[in-house]
Amino acid sequence: MDVEFQHISKNFGQVQALTDVSLTARSSTIHGLIGENGAGKSTLMKILTGYQSKSSGSILLDGVEAQLNNPSQASNLGIGMLYQEPMDFPPLTVLENFSLGTPRQSRQELHFALKTLSIRFGFDLDPDLPVELLTVGERQQIELLRLIHCNIKVLILDEPTTGISPAQKEALFPALKQLAADGLTILLVSHKLEEVANLCSEVTVLRHGKLTHHTAAPFHFPKLLTAMFGFVPKRKDKGSARDKGSPILICKNIEASGERQGLHQCDITVAEGEIIGLAGLDGAGQSTFLRLAAGLISPDQGKVTLFNNSLPHGAKAYIRAQELHTSFIPADRLEESLFAGISLRDHFSLREEHGMFWQSRTRTRQRTEEAITTFSIKGTPEDLAEDLSGGNQQRLLLSLLNRNSRLILLENPTRGLDIQSGQWIWQHLRDELSPDTAIIFSSPELDEILHYSDRIIVFHDGNIVLDSAVADTSHGAIAAAMTGMREGTP
Amino acid sequence: MIGELSLPMLIASVLAASAPLIIIALGETLAEKSGVINLSLDGVVLFAAMAAFVVAKETDSLLLGFLAGGCAGMLTGVIVGYFSIYLHLSQVAVGFALSLLCRDLAYFLGNPYSRIQGPTMLSSKLPFYDSLPSSLQIILSQPLTVWLALLLVAIIYYFFSFSKAGLNLRSVGENPAASFARGLNPAKIQMLAVLGGAFLVGIGGAAYSLSLKPGWGRPQGAEGIGWIGLALVIFGGWNPIRVALGATLFAFLQVSGIGLQDLFPGIPSQVFQTAPFPLMIFTLIFMHFSTSRSRKQGYSSSRLQRLAGKLFMSRAPKGLGQSYRQE
Repeated sequence: MDVEFQHISKNFGQVQALTDVSLTARSSTIHGLIGENGAGKSTLMKILTGYQSKSSGSILLDGVEAQLNNPSQASNLGIGMLYQEPMDFPPLTVLENFSLGTPRQSRQELHFALKTLSIRFGFDLDPDLPVELLTVGERQQIELLRLIHCNIKVLILDEPTTGISPAQKEALFPALKQLAADGLTILLVSHKLEEVANLCSEVTVLRHGKLTHHTAAPFHFPKLLTAMFGFVPKRKDKGSARDKGSPILICKNIEASGERQGLHQCDITVAEGEIIGLAGLDGAGQSTFLRLAAGLISPDQGKVTLFNNSLPHGAKAYIRAQELHTSFIPADRLEESLFAGISLRDHFSLREEHGMFWQSRTRTRQRTEEAITTFSIKGTPEDLAEDLSGGNQQRLLLSLLNRNSRLILLENPTRGLDIQSGQWIWQHLRDELSPDTAIIFSSPELDEILHYSDRIIVFHDGNIVLDSAVADTSHGAIAAAMTGMREGTP
Repeated sequence: MIGELSLPMLIASVLAASAPLIIIALGETLAEKSGVINLSLDGVVLFAAMAAFVVAKETDSLLLGFLAGGCAGMLTGVIVGYFSIYLHLSQVAVGFALSLLCRDLAYFLGNPYSRIQGPTMLSSKLPFYDSLPSSLQIILSQPLTVWLALLLVAIIYYFFSFSKAGLNLRSVGENPAASFARGLNPAKIQMLAVLGGAFLVGIGGAAYSLSLKPGWGRPQGAEGIGWIGLALVIFGGWNPIRVALGATLFAFLQVSGIGLQDLFPGIPSQVFQTAPFPLMIFTLIFMHFSTSRSRKQGYSSSRLQRLAGKLFMSRAPKGLGQSYRQE
């Protein structure tokens, strides 16, 4: 089915999210939609699914104007969307999630359909498991199978590779190509150029809600980048490796539970000034390791030593780790580290150490304004944390970071950020903090690890399978280690 | 058994006393599974009891009385639903205010009917009554409300676990935004659940004034039952069978209180009347402690352990009490 957007505009109150966007996606093709965070890609797609209403313009399906006022109308017309954050029901089982929103069918029929589709696309899903136990990638697979089962004609994917592992990506991409070959119209929203180039035959670029570029394959990357950002962002040359000092974090023979596989026989020593990237498939143990070092979870066996002090067990560990100048920033900004409904200024008041009862409004206001300027946060002191974009939330978190931190633990620090915001974060981390501060971060982007870290540690199923200096390691060896192949491991 | 009560008598009284509470708690479960807390329960039970008694008295028809109770409940459901689902007001505030309003309204409107005789639903004889042993005869002579309550447990359990509509309803309670994205209408489903639930609460109220504690007055005897119903839903883990078992436990505590009163004449009777409430809370807390371990079991790969875990696992619907606003 051909999808034609004609002069679509959308405003949220005063904010113009989309201005006069027109584009056509043809059947049997994968059409890429790229742009920075907040360029309007997701909004345009949510309008197509009827999840959000448009302010003006029209949408034509196979040349006929379509009424898309709610998702029910859109799905009746064969439009389905894979949302960036899984739109599913974590406590319900895989089968229940699969059957919600599909036409009325018996349990056996659904069970059979799920099984056949899983086999066809090479996904491994247990129908009776509650979805909250699965990884984001697996939840996405269920949703994808459900949409296919509903016989959709137009498939929208919103940043489908955000939370999924490289292996799941390897399973997803051929599936998408297969679906396009079967006649589906696929719209792929992304800010990852490599993926778009790999999959799409046509690309449309949005910038600040306006269409800036449209082209068919082969793609000229510099042109696309100019259309996305207005100028080509230069990746700063890799900073010189920093000097290593005395060891500050020592993990010895750690056994811990967490994520899918826990953590086994984990021996890591981190020295002052090191920047370490943690690589591995989604849920292979990186997050467990970061939380272990932060004192958020205690090891079942073994000992964590921070700055020559061994961490106590239980709830005290996190407080002790903070006293020892260790800071942790989790990936889930709004759920684990910021208060969604509290203003920026109040975030700074909360951090104030003095005065149990009274707070000086002028002082915190001044501090907040200083932080907004230094960290170029787009917002005012009275804005709520949830109103900020992902990049600005991350900047706010950095501005709240204890300046005296000597060990910084970051879980996927550039999650959901565009290239520029990501670069800004890294520039700040490298330049503003004292050079003997150690940074440990996890990231699903191998490029980010290779580019910013001095040392790489690869996790697989809860084991450390590779630990070496980045300069001595090839891309291939790391990828092999991540997928569990032991060749190339020193 | 306990005091003057023989075992068959005890069982029969527990069954009779639990029936209205089961119906009320199931009604609340229905609403809460869809994500709406109907906090007006306590007042609505009295309001429906009053309406049922008045209508039954005026028309001399039990059936119309029960219907009036259900409709009175549904009327309050319309208010709770409209204000919290469509106007996005706080469910807690609306429910609480309505609870107080309904209670006072019931006392005020029901005043002329205080302490007078009215139609009462008596226990009905089963068709094969005469062929039963005497102890079973005692246990099984129950008013229709008992059989209705037991039937409802089965129906609602089936509805949640196996029906498509029940799955849709649960999905709205978990994540209304995702339900909307899948083409469901969360507001409509929630409204239907609230109305259906409120109707059941009304029937439960009618069961008090027309059967268990016949008549109207101040106090009627159903005071505080709504709050117990709300607590039962939480501690029963939003599972209809466990909720019903909790209601039976509460009825047992109430009934045995009466028996114990005869055994210990020295203790003031108020102690036995109020004892079920704190005892209930202690029992439920005790049950609650077993849930954290059973949650882990619920995810275990062993089928048997998973079943055991499911039996004791309790978790509130994720979207409970939050008003869903469509983007």
